[in-house]
Amino acid sequence: MSENDRKYILEVKDLTKRFSGVVALKDINISIKPGTVHALMGENGAGKSTLMNCLYGLFKPDEGEIILDGEYLELSSPSEAINSKIAMVHQELNQVLSRSVMENVWLGRFPLKNGLIDYDTMYDETKEIFDGLGLEIDPRSLTGDLSVSNRQMVEIAKAVSHNFKILMLDEPTSSLAEHEVETLFRVIRSLSKQGVGIIYVSHKIDEVKEISHYITILRDGHVVETGKTSDFTVDQIITKMVGRELTERYPERKNYVQDNIMMEVKDLENSLTGLKDINFTLRKGEVMGISGLVGAKKTELLETIFGLRSLDNGKIFLKGKEVSIDSPKQAVQDGFALVTEERRRNGIFKDLSVSFNMIISNLTSFLQNGLLNNSKIKPVVAEYIERISIKTPSDKTPIGNLSGGNQQKVIFSRWLISDPEILLLDEPTRGIDVGAKYEIYKLINQLVSMGKSVIIVSSEMPELLGMSDRILVLSNGRQAGIFDANGTNQVELMSAATKYL
Amino acid sequence: MKNNNRVKTISKNKLLDNVIYLVLLGLIIVTIVINPKFLSFTNLKNILAQSSVSLIVALGMGMVLIARGVDLSAGRMVGLIAIVSATLLQQTGYSIKIYKDLPELPLTLVFVLMIILGGLFGSLSGTFVAKFNVPPIITTLSMQLIIYGIASLYYDRPPYGAQPIGGISKNLVKLSTGSIKIGSIEIPYLIIIAAFVSFVAWILWNKTVFGQNMYAVGGNPEAAYVSGVNVFKTQIMIYAIAAMFYAFAGVLEVGRIGSASTNTGNAYEMDAIAACVVGGVSMSGGIGTVSGIVVGVLIFTVINYGLAFIGVNMYWQYIVKGLIILLAVILDMRSSKQKK
Repeated sequence: MSENDRKYILEVKDLTKRFSGVVALKDINISIKPGTVHALMGENGAGKSTLMNCLYGLFKPDEGEIILDGEYLELSSPSEAINSKIAMVHQELNQVLSRSVMENVWLGRFPLKNGLIDYDTMYDETKEIFDGLGLEIDPRSLTGDLSVSNRQMVEIAKAVSHNFKILMLDEPTSSLAEHEVETLFRVIRSLSKQGVGIIYVSHKIDEVKEISHYITILRDGHVVETGKTSDFTVDQIITKMVGRELTERYPERKNYVQDNIMMEVKDLENSLTGLKDINFTLRKGEVMGISGLVGAKKTELLETIFGLRSLDNGKIFLKGKEVSIDSPKQAVQDGFALVTEERRRNGIFKDLSVSFNMIISNLTSFLQNGLLNNSKIKPVVAEYIERISIKTPSDKTPIGNLSGGNQQKVIFSRWLISDPEILLLDEPTRGIDVGAKYEIYKLINQLVSMGKSVIIVSSEMPELLGMSDRILVLSNGRQAGIFDANGTNQVELMSAATKYL
Repeated sequence: MKNNNRVKTISKNKLLDNVIYLVLLGLIIVTIVINPKFLSFTNLKNILAQSSVSLIVALGMGMVLIARGVDLSAGRMVGLIAIVSATLLQQTGYSIKIYKDLPELPLTLVFVLMIILGGLFGSLSGTFVAKFNVPPIITTLSMQLIIYGIASLYYDRPPYGAQPIGGISKNLVKLSTGSIKIGSIEIPYLIIIAAFVSFVAWILWNKTVFGQNMYAVGGNPEAAYVSGVNVFKTQIMIYAIAAMFYAFAGVLEVGRIGSASTNTGNAYEMDAIAACVVGGVSMSGGIGTVSGIVVGVLIFTVINYGLAFIGVNMYWQYIVKGLIILLAVILDMRSSKQKK
């Protein structure tokens, strides 16, 4: 049977993968036809990354089979995957930025002449591949000088040079501008015509509808449905991804803003980061969004308020009284909570239990006669696990075993337990699936209805528009304006974000 | 990749995680097989008694390791305290008594004073680590030298010069070598003391705010800070309390050996670190249990004792110990890698 006659170029049969008691993938069955772009969709935690990592040799499936072009594969490392003609372009590109483009393409298998590296052949072969893909990139240019989209193209060229049979693309357009996406799609289409299989993983439904022939939707580690892209509507895809009708992305918001001013920030400045002249008030029951481009110093503003960075100039008033917050411990005592942007770095204690991660900011409230009391701890932990639907085998499970969204929920619980007056949230829904996002939005609304105040930093403008009462825009560390969320739009916010560049 | 590997995988994982306990069991079984006399109550008693002092040092070290640090000064701390407490607890009328006019001080007083002294030195280490950010290995290496110097200055003085301090108070010797009789069974006081100290450690690590802060600082120092833990204070307390454990062990050691010199406690930190590592304390911080460390200490004592018992050249101990440490860390690395 020749390659072209084979019905499927890749078949995944009954694949199951577990991590210490947590089932990440169950009975996955997917078949990729040669010459097609097959999209893989699902919320975070649905198992997309896990599946790709199994196909790429990073994880070993516990059960099931992988059949590539009729051959059973047992992969124990990425290099075996590459040798088996499976290529992957990660979301975070793994390239040596200080070397040339062509060196990155041929890394590990440089063409040799008399034992020494043959740069001329390397150049010619690289040029040939680029021409074949219609790319105008100089093989000798420094990889670090290229734009992200060109670097991505180099990765794809690398995969092409391996004569791959299956190419997996993980969120390939997350850092691309519109015209760059066009280029990418052109390249994908031309590759696809050559009879290979392309697995396209993305959250962007519109793009998936444009570029893919088939879609497989994962939810909670199993395949919900596989079918022709043309047979699905956008709403159907969303519904199957979350398992329920999602008529609105954001829960209905009421105005809970009270008259009392909870916090006033005057002329806030932090010299190290360039934050300067920040002035705003925050009322009880208000959600204040903070918007701005990358580098606007949004996280740094929260960190300054929370005592992680010094207040070099200006004042902060809480309920009319001036406060001096020089450490997170102080901030917590004053009624603040901070959910950080990078939970892995400074949010979670990855090897310690869910219970530990939840109670660590509030240990004194669980003491009885000076000692921590389990009968006080367990019910509280169980309550939060249930209240915000944290999916975990038990409260003793190391938090590192949970999916990103569930980890984030545990962090939220940590802060809710301390009953703060003001919650500072830094990209609270980053890397979290649609369903968990909605739950967090609901939680935020609930908090402000109880008279708490919330500040949300987010790079997703629709999120801020959908969840805030007012939006403060930062531009390069300076305040570019405060807008009423109801009366503004993305264009106005974006224009303010560029004010001080 | 066939079906029903599930049962196999789970039991394999559980097996590997508990291998270290099986190793201990294995060693004991092998020794018994070769010489059944090993399995006698006297022997088991001796093993436990011998482990007692090392256990107390290991529990102190465990705290530092859990907090992502290390304490190379533990042994010399034991030594310094041994020397000082020995000079305070010599019998009246002993011919080479250092403080001729000092009456025999109450044991409790000496214990308390020594523990405080230990705590002071420990706080010093902790301050260098917490305030000046000197890496623990460097801080405690330096402290090791400094403490040894201080101990030597104290030890080698006129009129007697560098001589082991003997004539130790009968009360202390009785405490460290005596036993309590329950019916027909004799249980050495040391075992009871070690058990009590283990219990105290367990309460401290698991039931106090400080203990949880210790795990937080070791698990993710940045996250601990952001979560409102006073990382600075916690670090200092960890080193201080650890040193109190070493100090307590130091006094007991004087009673157990019957004398003290600047050699006392030499390299005790190595055995302590080895026992902790074998007992499941993770090198990456945040992980470690009292029960694990107890088993770790027992494993090494069994090796020392058992190998000697079956007539193996004692130098084999070193090889066996080294291999066991490697095995333990390989398993530790494997289990944390698997989580990814």
